[in-house]
Amino acid sequence: MKKRINIRMSGLGGQGVVTSAHLMAMAAAHEGKFAISNPFFGAEKRMAPAESYVRIGEEKIYDRGELVFPHVVMVYHPQVITMGKSYTMPFYSGIKDGGLIIINDDIELLTEEEKEDLAKKKVTVYYVPATKIALELAGTELATNMGMLGALAGLTHAVTMDGLDKALQDRFGKKYVASGGTATLDEAIKKKFAKKEMLLQKNLETIRRTFDEAEVYAKKNPTFAVNVS
Amino acid sequence: MATQTDSRVPQIGQRNKKGQLVTDPNELFFLSPRTPSFLTGSEVIREAIRRASVDFSVAYPITPQSEASSLVGELYAEGYVGDYMRGESEFAVMGECAGAAFAGARVFTTTAGPGTLRAFENFPMWAGSRLPIQVVFTVRGINSPLTIQPDTLEIAFMLETGMLLWHAESAQDLFDFMLKGYYVAEQPEVHLPIGVICDGFFVTHTKDMVMMTPEDRTLPHYDPYRSPVVCMDMEVPPVRMMRDPFVMKSNYISYMTHASWQLEIRAAIERSRKHTIPLLDGLIEVENSDAEIMLVASGTAVSQAREAIRLFRDKGVRVGLVKIKTLRPFPTEEIRKATEHAKHIFVPEFNVAGWLAREIKSTIDRNHRVVAGPHVAGGMTMPPEIIVEEIEKHMAHRRNKELVHG
Repeated sequence: MKKRINIRMSGLGGQGVVTSAHLMAMAAAHEGKFAISNPFFGAEKRMAPAESYVRIGEEKIYDRGELVFPHVVMVYHPQVITMGKSYTMPFYSGIKDGGLIIINDDIELLTEEEKEDLAKKKVTVYYVPATKIALELAGTELATNMGMLGALAGLTHAVTMDGLDKALQDRFGKKYVASGGTATLDEAIKKKFAKKEMLLQKNLETIRRTFDEAEVYAKKNPTFAVNVS
Repeated sequence: MATQTDSRVPQIGQRNKKGQLVTDPNELFFLSPRTPSFLTGSEVIREAIRRASVDFSVAYPITPQSEASSLVGELYAEGYVGDYMRGESEFAVMGECAGAAFAGARVFTTTAGPGTLRAFENFPMWAGSRLPIQVVFTVRGINSPLTIQPDTLEIAFMLETGMLLWHAESAQDLFDFMLKGYYVAEQPEVHLPIGVICDGFFVTHTKDMVMMTPEDRTLPHYDPYRSPVVCMDMEVPPVRMMRDPFVMKSNYISYMTHASWQLEIRAAIERSRKHTIPLLDGLIEVENSDAEIMLVASGTAVSQAREAIRLFRDKGVRVGLVKIKTLRPFPTEEIRKATEHAKHIFVPEFNVAGWLAREIKSTIDRNHRVVAGPHVAGGMTMPPEIIVEEIEKHMAHRRNKELVHG
């Protein structure tokens, strides 16, 4: 892994962008790495832009706040790109050369101009239909963030499946209150899955699927793997 | 100092109703085992209060402190906090805190940004009344257009209230400052309110590793008999001064009383030094004090400066750091000494005014060395890359000027 990997997660309120940043950082912490995660959002509301940031590294991390120069940009919702629901324009602004973009969709969303721009920066764009996979495996689009995390881990190996599993247990296996809104959302999810164990298992299956696919991709594209992992 | 003890209050070595062992403060801070926990700043506030034997807390929602005050409510439900209520506004909250503190309770509350300013009148009143209340300010922008994001401008307003003000860099600082803050603020010769400041979102909503003291150990209870002024009594100061204020009688004695009391509050702030220095390992932290370029900062700006120093190190440039832990008392002598070899002193800040640079300029000699900046405001991040860029730009400009003017 690089000395430091900085990840910017852009999505919409309600998609679990904040939760997945925390999970990613918790997974890294479980593996003995240094990690910091923090969200940025306006007044909390569904479908409004929300971002969170994860920094993972081998030495203590001090840097906090919005990630202006990320290695990885994750797009949790097509509207981040198509409707400009992003904190920055373009959504990949500031991305480092040789960086990685992970987009939740299975259709091309970038303009020719954007593709050229990203090619110049040697940025890899990886599409993963995380919402579709979430619906198929977990039966709810609320597991979209799990699909995104799997892809991220499979491509970058910033954390392992085991680390993510432990982070999931920590986050959903016991009582956790981040805010009133989050608590309500958690309750809604829990009812959907009927049982907490089922929730953990379905989430893990979603992560596993996108992780495996991403790992295969990374193996097939060795130049990309050198840049990122 | 001999104090009266209340048999209903568990003393050091005894357990409270939650089974927590009441522990000597120094033992709790320095000798008790610490375990790593990965928590948000809001959760850290809850965990510090769990270990602080707090008698009373008032909550009123304002981002980014709402989660913390609601988590303190959960502690109350669990039985860790004596009493807990919701205030009607920030002004009411601080008034209610004063009432409880006057009556001899250890009090905790949180607020931020516009809430701080709405409550403002109460803060110098607390200090003048010698109430050792603790507030955590999770600072955010205050001016219109409205923002809920981190901006440290509100601290500038707090500087002359007569409160102790400690500025946490990280969640770890926040945890330690909250517990140690009560200890210092409640010393008889100090006995002042304390504002423990952390930057909203950068600390409150960030998940970070914190070394925690054991959950089953707690600070000794507040002992109101150690107050330098009596508990609420209508006939003696400070309440007597409030119900029958000197301002109603314009004469030299009243001016003199008021002036000397203000001086006494400031003297009490200075007297807090000797208790604070051993607890916080000094009022400042210094790195590379022999460097020509020094960064002087408080709060999150310190963290961003640390990363900028790493980037400079990779370029082969040695840059130093002064982390200011306490804004009141202000570490004047310490900063003078730490910057005596510096040729350029940069003060990165998360506000538009540059109040920290002003404080430093007004206290060190050869203050033309101080550059107020780089600045961001309104909730912007200060990436370390930008700190490096701004400093390099400034240095290049200086070199060009020297070339032109010989």
